[in-house]
Amino acid sequence: MAEPLLSFTEVWKSYGQGEAQVHALAGVDLAIRAGEFVAIMGPSGSGKSTSMNIIGCLDTPTSGRHGFLGVDAGRLDRSQRAVLRNLYIGFVFQGYNLLPRTTAAENVELPLIYRGVATTERRKAAMNALAQVGLAGREHHTPAELSGGQQQRVAIARAIVTRPTLLVADEPTGNLDTQRSHEIMELLTGLNRDEGLTIAMVTHEGDIAAYADRTIDFLDGKIVSHGFVEEPA
Amino acid sequence: MLWETVRLALRSVRRNALRSILTLLGIVIGVAAVIAMVTIGSGTTAKVRDDIAKLGSNLLVVRAARPDRSGTANFTPRRLEQKDLEALGTELNDVRAVSGEAQTQLRLVYGSQNTAAQATGTDTEYFTARDWTVDLGRAFTDGEVRSGAGVCLIGQTIRSQFFGQGDPLDEVIRVGKTSCRVIGTLGSKGYTGFGQDQDNLVLMPLTTFQRRIAGNRNIDTIYVSVRDGASTAQAVSEVTAIMREVRGIQPGGDDNFDVRDMTQIADAMTSATTAMTGMLGAVAGVSLLVGGIGIMNIMLVSVTERTREIGIRLAIGAHERHILVQFLVEATVLSLLGGLIGIALGLGLAGGAASLLAIPFAPSLTVVVIAVAFSALIGMVFGFFPALRGARLNPIDALRHE
Ligand SMILES: Nc1ncnc2c1ncn2[C@@H]1O[C@H](COP(=O)(O)OP(=O)(O)OP(=O)(O)O)[C@@H](O)[C@H]1O
Ligand SMILES: [Mg+2]
Repeated sequence: MAEPLLSFTEVWKSYGQGEAQVHALAGVDLAIRAGEFVAIMGPSGSGKSTSMNIIGCLDTPTSGRHGFLGVDAGRLDRSQRAVLRNLYIGFVFQGYNLLPRTTAAENVELPLIYRGVATTERRKAAMNALAQVGLAGREHHTPAELSGGQQQRVAIARAIVTRPTLLVADEPTGNLDTQRSHEIMELLTGLNRDEGLTIAMVTHEGDIAAYADRTIDFLDGKIVSHGFVEEPA
Repeated sequence: MLWETVRLALRSVRRNALRSILTLLGIVIGVAAVIAMVTIGSGTTAKVRDDIAKLGSNLLVVRAARPDRSGTANFTPRRLEQKDLEALGTELNDVRAVSGEAQTQLRLVYGSQNTAAQATGTDTEYFTARDWTVDLGRAFTDGEVRSGAGVCLIGQTIRSQFFGQGDPLDEVIRVGKTSCRVIGTLGSKGYTGFGQDQDNLVLMPLTTFQRRIAGNRNIDTIYVSVRDGASTAQAVSEVTAIMREVRGIQPGGDDNFDVRDMTQIADAMTSATTAMTGMLGAVAGVSLLVGGIGIMNIMLVSVTERTREIGIRLAIGAHERHILVQFLVEATVLSLLGGLIGIALGLGLAGGAASLLAIPFAPSLTVVVIAVAFSALIGMVFGFFPALRGARLNPIDALRHE
């Protein structure tokens, strides 16, 4: 088996000191291979968001190894992690997190600005990404002028416009109704299937998790199931 | 990338228009004050120089005391007298005019109107020495000076105040306790750089002034106008020699009078206005600093308000320096904008003041450039701390911020 795209080895994440100490992650081992679509489930407070933040190189483990692209990302400094995020990772959040009073196109262009992509090239890439998520014609709408589902599509376009290796999505359908949720999932599965985009996604809903190749289950900061399907005998 | 950031900053300034304007105000007022002060100051200086240049750099001024009153201990001034004037008038070569002058401030009355004005007693050469032209009527004659005739010429200010459009010639006006018949009016000279109205005067024969107004035979000033092309330095030493001889000063004894040429006087006067300008400029500079603190305050608020935005930017690939630059540029754009508005306002004020005070409008490119650079610098310096605070935010905390 090829080396996984990302891996956790005995990862702990602890907050606070002494008596009041909380272990958000208590010795997690996991591996996600390139091209996989993995769902992460578990009750509230079980450490899903904490592990997603580490996977997305926004945060570092208290101890243990966070391997990403063959490096120990937990040992990188702030600016080195910023480079990793800039080059390889796209984020989709539950709350969309678009910049207010900024058009869809400008929101999608933003990551490219930080990559130093020239204006015309940037415009074109943003238009393409928006078309890809089915928002052609809405480029100049601001978030306030878009529905929740449309805003989440803009957020996905923003995440994929840089052609990242890994898409990190923390409850991407958490704010959407069933109909919109399934549309978003179709979109993500398509990206995973057609572009080989690796996706790590947190969700609370079983039918959303069903779109993924497998589901990792968290409980009290530990993984209780890696979701590998038993090979038929 | 930088242009992108500047656009972004401009947009954020526009979005919070009212707040931006209030923040800018400090910088605007500071810069406007500096620009106005310096521009008006240099206009005044230019005007003073110009006034003095108009008198001619070849004019020597002889007085009993130094104009700046910085008399040394062994300098005992003695009043100028008729014999000093006569000696200079007869013995000097290479001169256009030698003229004595005595002055006082008093009240003029015509009919039911009265006004305070400068009364000057002098001789016929005064017109050449001090560059006065006769606008209407005639100047007084040597005969009138000798006999002490009750005739006078009036300046434009008095003419228009007493007579309006009417004919002032042969009218009789009261000058203090005496009266004189108007035989002419003087061409206008306007205001001096210090805001003094040069046309608010009445000119009469020296003897008339001495007998009827001053009640003594004093002369305040003797003007010596050196012929064009002749050496002023040479003239100064000639005047000094003649004066010492007339006054019987022994070789080695100290002068009891003072001879200056106009360039020396100009230097003394302009150095005073320059010092004043510098001081006012420094006071205005302090208000710039206050403006800078305003910028810092608003940038701190802005960073806090936009914590979530910073989190988003960091998550989608911004580096620390991108955030730093963004807020730094925003602060700089803000204060630069304030600076530009301040410059426009300051120049406007200076322009208004210039036409009001009748001094030349003398905007200095150097001062404008310095003001622009300084306001940009203020934005950078005072924007740096808030920007750094924004850039150093933990992306997770920032994203969680409501
Ligand atoms: N900054 C923090 N300081 C202290 N404790 C924290 C912090 N962040 C997370 N925790 C704790 O870590 C634990 C795991 O939190 P996490 O956000 O990963 O849960 P989650 O699985 O994403 O839950 P949810 O489904 O509600 O989003 C929780 O008990 C939480 O209180
Ligand atoms: Mg969570």
